[in-house]
Amino acid sequence: MSHELKNSFIAAFPRTIPILTGYLFLGGGFGLLLTSAGYPWYWTTIMAIVIYAGMGQYVAVNMLAPGVSLIDVFLVQATINARHSFYGITMLQKYNGMGKLKPYLIFTMTDETFSLLCSAKIPEGVSEKQYFFFVSLLDHLYWICGCTLGGVIGSLLKFDTTGIEMIMTSLFLTIAIDQWKDNKDHLPVFIGGIAAVVCLVIFGAEHFIIPALILLTAGLLLFRKRIEAATTTEALCEPEEREEE
Amino acid sequence: MLTTTQMIIYILVTAAGVFATRVSAFLLFPSGRTTPKIIIFLGNALPCALMALLIVYCLKDVSLIAHPHGLPELIALAVTALLHLWKKNTLLSISVGTVLYMILVQGVF
Repeated sequence: MSHELKNSFIAAFPRTIPILTGYLFLGGGFGLLLTSAGYPWYWTTIMAIVIYAGMGQYVAVNMLAPGVSLIDVFLVQATINARHSFYGITMLQKYNGMGKLKPYLIFTMTDETFSLLCSAKIPEGVSEKQYFFFVSLLDHLYWICGCTLGGVIGSLLKFDTTGIEMIMTSLFLTIAIDQWKDNKDHLPVFIGGIAAVVCLVIFGAEHFIIPALILLTAGLLLFRKRIEAATTTEALCEPEEREEE
Repeated sequence: MLTTTQMIIYILVTAAGVFATRVSAFLLFPSGRTTPKIIIFLGNALPCALMALLIVYCLKDVSLIAHPHGLPELIALAVTALLHLWKKNTLLSISVGTVLYMILVQGVF
């Protein structure tokens, strides 16, 4: 490994450790679920490599049945993962400068990878491209390992994993706390929270995510002037970053 | 059970549905064109708003009316938050919060 590559890896790896635990647990849970449905463990590995989406894969297990409409499968997956398109908007400028790495970075943009990269403070002397690549690649590998381990364990023994999903919630909470401390203006947080709760009450747990995304976007646009005025000196959710190029 | 061929097709369609969401922004606003200011604004303001949305999403199936009234979630998340504010260690905060929650839902409530 070249010196620069090594530096980027050393900078990226520690930041991905929380995702390692999260993905081992959540991927493991998926592996248990799929093998409990009677499928051999190696499908967990294949799905982890090709699909690489936590929520998407859990739902995919639920929809797995002979004769299921493939159009339905596509639409359901596109809907429950719709939030990813907003991650794309956030990363648009950054990823457009990533050259050959761009397709892989787009493919691997999960909730967790996005949460690490959208608030990334890249240390001095580290290439942003390589840093982004290592974070994305490591997270992908963790997910593949987690799913495979769960699949193998699931085909060997059974144990109670009730409540393991809290790892996802608590991860998002710690990220939100860090974002809160990094930003002076908290209006977007309230807009997001209120839009989600209002839509949850109106539309119910199964159907609220799309209306919530629409309401959230409308809310941000409505208060655009107020938010921009509060953040003229610093970009929201983007702590000081080193200029490159 | 699906056959191997059916399974491969099923996985590819699922993957396409997921990838469509990840690539959509890049297809709508390709690199050659200037990104509209409104999109840049959303890109900056969205992460914080989305994180709040994701937390609500994770808690969407918690019932405040039925037993145990969201208490295990409240306790586990409060401990996670306090621990995170105190120690600033993400790994520690989420491990303690998750293990505590598993104990609460499996043995206490």
